[in-house]
Amino acid sequence: METVAGHQHAEGQQHPIRIYLWIWALLFIFSTFSYLIDYFHLHGYLRWTLIITFMLLKAGLIVAIFMHMAWERLALKFAILVPPLVLLILIGLMAVEGDYTFLTRLAAFLR
Amino acid sequence: MAENALTPAGDSTPALAGLPGVVSDWSADKQAFPVPWGKAMMWIFLLSDTFIFTCFLTSYMNVRISTTVPWPNPSEVFSLNIGGARIPLILIAIMTMVLITSSGTMAMAVNFGYRRHRANTTALMLITAAFGATFVGMQAFEWTKLIREGVRPWGNPLGAAQFGSSFFMITGFHGLHVSAGVIYLTVVALRVWRGFYDRKGSYETVEVAGLYWHFVDLVWVFIFAFFYLW
Repeated sequence: METVAGHQHAEGQQHPIRIYLWIWALLFIFSTFSYLIDYFHLHGYLRWTLIITFMLLKAGLIVAIFMHMAWERLALKFAILVPPLVLLILIGLMAVEGDYTFLTRLAAFLR
Repeated sequence: MAENALTPAGDSTPALAGLPGVVSDWSADKQAFPVPWGKAMMWIFLLSDTFIFTCFLTSYMNVRISTTVPWPNPSEVFSLNIGGARIPLILIAIMTMVLITSSGTMAMAVNFGYRRHRANTTALMLITAAFGATFVGMQAFEWTKLIREGVRPWGNPLGAAQFGSSFFMITGFHGLHVSAGVIYLTVVALRVWRGFYDRKGSYETVEVAGLYWHFVDLVWVFIFAFFYLW
């Protein structure tokens, strides 16, 4: 049963299949690059910068295109994408906490 | 039914764009999000799941920063001997590719669902579930390998004791999500095949199941970056 025209208005989120194939290809390319970072033993800030860059690119493409967030209304985008930002505070606090624990342990173990 | 949900009767005002649209969507005397309720609820569930996985990854970051014992090198821990050569992290790379492939087939399934290609939608969803099952199988292999090497949640011969607890907690919880997703997708696929959504008049459920599946892939992107590559 193929009645594309009849349902065009009733259902949202119809996009050309070409877009998905492109994003799919990009995800493969970025994943390969991520793996090559490890394969070629890159180290230090270059390694961490590349890891985070490819991670964010992949995450962005999945959320925006595969999960259709790019086409949702701004109200839904805000409701879903803004709350996770508070997690950055948790991450910051726990990084500070981890450093503090590390130094405390060094002080205790080396005494 | 879908039409009713999208444009409530009597609401003829055109939807505003941009920030005024956010204000009117949230403050007007109407449904806040112009999407089917299943989709809004799935997004809110995924939001809560985001917090759970971030807590796991943050605690992993915390123990990795605070340990005074060297952290085992994931590149070596997860390497495999293939044809005599030791290839670093190869199993994880393959698992990543499998999950991305499954995300692609899921996106196509959603697309075919909205076009009412019942057979294609069912086939693509079952292929997605099969890739998911493959992923879980590879994870079981990885767990077995590490457990044989003596990795336990409370310690391991490779370095920092916290490695085991972080590894089993994070990948275990993700694997549980993948397993649940395989069951979820299979159930929805069989309903597609039986024409349930044709009778219901809406294929939104396929997209909602897709949201869950893409989220599982999304979480793996972060685990891959922070646990395996870092």
